[in-house]
Amino acid sequence: MTETRAPGAATGAAPRPEGSRPGAVLRRAEARPIIEIDDVVKTFGEFLAVDHVSLTVREGELFALLGGSGCGKTTLLRMLAGFERPTAGRILIGGQDMTEVAPYDRPVNMMFQSYALFPHMTVEANIAFGLRQDRVPKAEMRDRVAEMLELVKLTPFAKRKPHHLSGGQRQRVALARSLAKHPKVLLLDEPLAALDKKLREETQLELVGIQERVGTTFVVVTHDQEEAMTMADRVAIMESGRIIQVDTPHALYEYPNTRFVAEFFGTVNMFEGVLVEDEPDHVLIRCDALANPVYVGHGISAREQATVWVALRPEKLAISRTRPDAAHNWDRGIVEDIVYLGGISTFHVRLDSGALARVTTQNLERMSAPEITWDDVVYVCWRPDNVVVVTS
Amino acid sequence: MGTRSVFLVSALAFGFAFLYVPILLLIIFSFNESRLVTVWGGFSTKWYAELFRNEQMLEAALVSLRVAVTSATIATVLGTLSALMMVRFGRFRGRLLFTGMITAPLVMPEVITGLSLLLLFVSLDTMIGWPAGRGVDTITIAHTTFCMAYVNVVVQSRLAGLDRSVEEAAMDLGARPFKAFMVITLPMLGPALVSGWLLSFTLSLDDLVIASFVAGPAATTLPMVVFSSVRLGITPEINALATLLVLVATVTILIAAGVMWRQERERERAVTKALRAERGD
Repeated sequence: MTETRAPGAATGAAPRPEGSRPGAVLRRAEARPIIEIDDVVKTFGEFLAVDHVSLTVREGELFALLGGSGCGKTTLLRMLAGFERPTAGRILIGGQDMTEVAPYDRPVNMMFQSYALFPHMTVEANIAFGLRQDRVPKAEMRDRVAEMLELVKLTPFAKRKPHHLSGGQRQRVALARSLAKHPKVLLLDEPLAALDKKLREETQLELVGIQERVGTTFVVVTHDQEEAMTMADRVAIMESGRIIQVDTPHALYEYPNTRFVAEFFGTVNMFEGVLVEDEPDHVLIRCDALANPVYVGHGISAREQATVWVALRPEKLAISRTRPDAAHNWDRGIVEDIVYLGGISTFHVRLDSGALARVTTQNLERMSAPEITWDDVVYVCWRPDNVVVVTS
Repeated sequence: MGTRSVFLVSALAFGFAFLYVPILLLIIFSFNESRLVTVWGGFSTKWYAELFRNEQMLEAALVSLRVAVTSATIATVLGTLSALMMVRFGRFRGRLLFTGMITAPLVMPEVITGLSLLLLFVSLDTMIGWPAGRGVDTITIAHTTFCMAYVNVVVQSRLAGLDRSVEEAAMDLGARPFKAFMVITLPMLGPALVSGWLLSFTLSLDDLVIASFVAGPAATTLPMVVFSSVRLGITPEINALATLLVLVATVTILIAAGVMWRQERERERAVTKALRAERGD
């Protein structure tokens, strides 16, 4: 972690380090927008599925819509594909208004969660289906299908029917079929949800690789925070029809703008507190759950006495058996549980106030005996620049 | 397990005996030499020969086949359309009423269906002059109405099990809705259409009550001929005919079952194969 930390999201504009694929993101920051969603609303009867969403996706980007079930992410995707018509608002794809355009006339293709392969057609025929609708000449069609089979490494399976393939292979057929028409945008609805964990992790990177090779803009809907982090250049976090925050995975994790984002995107220890001292270069927050005040090394945009939340990531907490002599940013507790995960261990520390703090430590040495064990009295502390403060 | 299985086996045996011994007896007696139906007079196939010389009987059989094929075909088309509408239309006012009305012929007493259709045909005839008189046309229409209800039920259950996104995928790839339906949905409904058609065919072939109401002097179906000749006294000739009918029905049912069984086996084999591939992947 760098020493000079940018201020938290609550302070507003601040220089931010870019995401896990810095080159790609910087290049794409200048790319022109390919999808512009302009104040879109969708209601189903009384139910508000999408609530005034505005969003821009840039050309060549791998963009993720992340949210729990029923948050409206799939509805938004289906509106991009043309299966749902917005109740209000506009959708522009490649600069053209597509709000009223039927799915079969849009320059986008979709990969369905269930893959939706045509069971009575071979892999080859499945991939060629879209091209056939466009009356692509025979020779070109053959080349394109071969190219797609190559791309997803399914050339030996060209003549098979979908039900003679494994789940992973089916997933790749669905991908090849939706890419065959060279769409401007590929929409992926939970593309990996049907795969088991190990295969899913492999496929995530494979999908990113394919996206980089073909250069198509991908919009991925997912409920899996890790999947969004692994794959996406930028992520939009949705909840009950609204977009809460759009940013790179790095920024979402380190600078969440709300409690919801902090808790949804990764694990966090969240303590409610009151701002007691507000200076331009630091603030002091008193939390009921913490014995000592929290000192934050930068100003935040909240008034004194305002209720704020202190978010502490488990890996940014330190645990030890010696009492720190600082006046703030530490607390005492008893180790209630230790979750050993191989590379890291998570300590569940019951603080004196009764609140629970989770602390992760890296297990760097193989032979060393664990220093801290169950029922030990321990001290949890953190650096002032590792505190994230959110105001809502 | 012991006593229970003895009980179950004997129940099964008794049930099957109850169902099939009469038919078996009928088949045996169709090869009876004697003129008396209930007295065995030695083996002979002469009643089959007699049957094929019976002009009236053959003609009725032809009428029955024509009616069955036509009405099964029309019923399959209409039943599929109504099933499609019920599954795809979502909620609308009066949906329950509509559902009830489509399936009502399944539970409606045949006498009522027959009588009401007769009234309809008579008043249509006097009002617009069609269908002129009663004959093959009216029987076909009557059979179509009740067969449609059966096709509707069969297709509807298949349609409800279909993944809607497959059709959406076709549209997403550029197929217009009608084309998506013809190229994607219809082939996936195939087995249901086949079994719906076969079911309609056998139902139409069997029907006596409705046909008796709506048939005119010009057209007589096979069950009607059988029934009227039975009233004059049963001859072994009827046994022979019944044996042939049993044969036709059995063959149709076997085909229908075969289609479905193959489908099922295909699916099962595919699943095991996919699972094996998954493990080796």
